[in-house]
Amino acid sequence: MFFIVLQLYPLIYTLFLSFTNLSTANPQGDFIGLGNYIRLSQDKFFLLSVKNTWRIWIVCFIPQLIFALLLATILTRSKIKGKDVFRGVYFLPNLVTAASVGILFNVLLSWQSGAINQILVALRIITEDQKIHFLASPFWTSTAVSVILWWMWFGHSMILFMAAMVSVPQTYYDAAAVDGANAWQAFWKITVPQIKPVMIYVLVTSLIGGMNNFDIPFVIGEGQNLGTGGPLKSVLTMVMYLYNMAFTGGRQRGYAAAIAFAIFFIVIVCSVIIFKLMSREEES
Amino acid sequence: MKKSNIRKTKFNARAFAGNFFLYLFLIVLAIICFTPFYIMIINATRSTQAINAGISLIPGKALVENYKSMMASMNIWKGFLNSLIIAISSTLLSAYFGALTAYAFSKFRFKGNKALFWFILGTMMIPPQLGLIGYYILTARLHIINTYWALILPAVANASTVFFLKMYIDTNVNESLLEAARVDGSSEIYTFNRIVFPIILPGVATMSILNFIVSWNNYLTPLVLLFDKDKFTLPILIALVKGTYKQNLGAQYMAVAISIVPIIIAFTFLSKYIISGITAGALKE
Repeated sequence: MFFIVLQLYPLIYTLFLSFTNLSTANPQGDFIGLGNYIRLSQDKFFLLSVKNTWRIWIVCFIPQLIFALLLATILTRSKIKGKDVFRGVYFLPNLVTAASVGILFNVLLSWQSGAINQILVALRIITEDQKIHFLASPFWTSTAVSVILWWMWFGHSMILFMAAMVSVPQTYYDAAAVDGANAWQAFWKITVPQIKPVMIYVLVTSLIGGMNNFDIPFVIGEGQNLGTGGPLKSVLTMVMYLYNMAFTGGRQRGYAAAIAFAIFFIVIVCSVIIFKLMSREEES
Repeated sequence: MKKSNIRKTKFNARAFAGNFFLYLFLIVLAIICFTPFYIMIINATRSTQAINAGISLIPGKALVENYKSMMASMNIWKGFLNSLIIAISSTLLSAYFGALTAYAFSKFRFKGNKALFWFILGTMMIPPQLGLIGYYILTARLHIINTYWALILPAVANASTVFFLKMYIDTNVNESLLEAARVDGSSEIYTFNRIVFPIILPGVATMSILNFIVSWNNYLTPLVLLFDKDKFTLPILIALVKGTYKQNLGAQYMAVAISIVPIIIAFTFLSKYIISGITAGALKE
């Protein structure tokens, strides 16, 4: 009962709104059919936000997956001292409030007084007047958001992979070693197939999180305002666009609801593709 | 004999080099993970002029000064308290109602049990942002918008808690124990409160830590649902730091540090529970 009121009702009501033109200018909201969705497909800011969201997610997720798999293999398969300490330190950034992390990196990345530029100067990688104006460049701002998310999430994925790898029987690896397989082959032929359910879980949850990216891109950027989207709107994500539409300015809630369902549609389609691809691999 | 000895030492040298690079890699990565926090803590104790002048690895002397200028324009502890109230209430609600719902799914064969359970699982896949606009209007109609109730009530219906605890009850609560309680004439709710809940307490604790963290870190929902500055939660206040302190970097670092350091301290004590909580969710799916 609670589930229906608190989860289903908002959802269905949002779906209903997405077919209306509810806004401050039109507080009653008329039914306009697919009008919002047609407008969405031609809205260059929305299309830009789709592109930005994907870029941030992919640049973050690929290294995240590589690091997580590599570290999980190292920490489960070899006799490293202080495993728990490493595991804990890698995981720590994940627990910290994303909004705080965004603000923290905002000061760390700033131009003249930012710690990252100061470190680069101290390590003699760049000179004092070569300091990078990170938050003025669309490329660096978007990449910075990806790196921050990588920093926050690779430890999380690593822990999930470790938990899955621990349950793979050691005898499989012993048998492979007898057959002369090297570590690389053992990884692809034993580890990957054995931890596949967890890999699907990590992929899908990361996709959902990535498509709903909000906190960090919202707070990052130069100047004192929030939610500007950075230089040339390079980190304007889909949920930020939704927020700006629904809760600022003209409060076009009907249109914003259509954005919500567009995001949902993207997530569903991609999740289905991931499931299909992963199960096809199994057959071959 | 001699030959094999040589091979052995060669092998060890290689293994040593391999291990060396492995440790180097792990340590460098650990440094990358911790450095931002370290700089944050150090810079919270340094004056803005010192921060502008360059990087330092040793604390400065402006700790008290930064704290004073931070408190002068923003009461961060009020936000801390607000976040604490919301996070604790929603964690307690999720724990009790989540356990109750999970118990019902696990031990009662009512009509539509399976379908309803799959429906709840399905809601786990849907990101909360999706229904946000609908929820906003719902809270406005119920007149709970701009109150903590709007943020606390959804905790009653926490899908991942129900899912996790149903699995936990399935494996840990014995059917015959419940039978015995029923024979003794104990009411269902009494059985749940006095017998089931204590048994599943470890599972509830694991889930509660995660729920607390999620609620504590939530930014978008309170941002949308709260309007009064004195009701703002910590993440909202922290995000406003940029505009509030402008050029005062020491105060900015100080505010961010106050929001992050408690989490680091809590993690050092609770890391085992937290890690087991997040893995349990993924491995059972």
